[in-house]
Amino acid sequence: MYNFEFVKPSTVAEAVAALKDEGAQALGGGQTLLPTMKQRLASPETLVSLSGIAEMIGVNAAGGTVTIGGATSHAAVAAQAGAYPALAALAGGIGDPAVRNRGTIGGSVANNDPAACYPSAVLASGATVVTNAREIAADDYFQGMFATALEEGEIITAIRFPVPQAANYQKFEQPASRFAMAGVFVAKYADGVRVAVTGAGNDGVFRWAEAEAALSANFSPAAIEGLSLSGDDMIGDVHGSGAYRAHLVKVLTKRAVAACG
Amino acid sequence: MKITMTVNGKTRSGEAEGRTLLVNFLRDTLGLTGTHVGCDTSQCGACVVHVNGQAVKSCTMLAAEADGAQVSTIEGQAAPDGTLNTIQQAFQDHHGLQCGFCTPGMVMSATALLKENPKPTEAEIRHYLEGNICRCTGYHNIVKAIMAASGQDVGAIAAE
Repeated sequence: MYNFEFVKPSTVAEAVAALKDEGAQALGGGQTLLPTMKQRLASPETLVSLSGIAEMIGVNAAGGTVTIGGATSHAAVAAQAGAYPALAALAGGIGDPAVRNRGTIGGSVANNDPAACYPSAVLASGATVVTNAREIAADDYFQGMFATALEEGEIITAIRFPVPQAANYQKFEQPASRFAMAGVFVAKYADGVRVAVTGAGNDGVFRWAEAEAALSANFSPAAIEGLSLSGDDMIGDVHGSGAYRAHLVKVLTKRAVAACG
Repeated sequence: MKITMTVNGKTRSGEAEGRTLLVNFLRDTLGLTGTHVGCDTSQCGACVVHVNGQAVKSCTMLAAEADGAQVSTIEGQAAPDGTLNTIQQAFQDHHGLQCGFCTPGMVMSATALLKENPKPTEAEIRHYLEGNICRCTGYHNIVKAIMAASGQDVGAIAAE
């Protein structure tokens, strides 16, 4: 990887100032960015580590909301987000134990990898992405593969999840990479059910509106039996065709609903 | 920049660039070559060390991020006289290695596992080792070794 200047601020304000430099890039846990830089697919002039900002680390549950600091590791979410069990379980299934000790929720959501787990939880929960400058609703945040509403130099300081009545995440792992071939997060709230799909869509994470309507009327696996997704809108690659992924999404949605009990 | 960390209980310092990976700092700067680089893409786990008590892949962490940290490597696991610790001895007793390349990472991951889960089931051990790849053993003897190191009966583990 090309060399860069490394800075490690201790406050959000210092990080925001450091990211104003041209060629500066925020570094979360580095579990995606460092491999990308080794491949020379990214070559920032300055890396601004967010790992030393205490105000961005931690899990706080209060009043039906779980708030997770942007620099909180997957392992910490898995261990501490017990107030939202499906979210904790999702975090505990990302990568492997060593990756979970470094990777962060803010880094994952800022990167918006189309096969990452967290975007499905954020979207299905109707979570709020909190940055140094503003609050962004999940429905406005995700804008396609690796694309988000974040501006240059904007930092995810926290993500607020409203805790649902029931929720479950089902992931079908690509056998070698363990990334999601398809992942479905189902969350049931008093005002309706939300279903978000990762790993499968050509435009990254998306909500399956027909399944949401059917499940809001009848929260059972049978409710979506008659539905189908088009393979045309799904990723087709060496690991599986679009039609295969479309089928997986339906199967996983049913499993997630069944697992909600 | 100058980096200082406590490695296996001793304060160690050295010069590093921004891009210097923790594994390169340990191996090249400090001469601790027990930590291996297998894939360099954070998949194989041969480079697992502990930073502030947590297992990490040292090929995917900057040395600068470990500045001031407590780092444990495979070199710190045996007693000063060379006596293997419980996990290392179990790997030897149960033939949990063949070529040995993955072993430093396996031992460090196993150590992290037993710290958070002192009596893991066979399934839990296999799941925890998802990020550690061994191309020799087929994992069975590694799993046996970790079961034995946790004080559990290994007779029940059948060869599959």
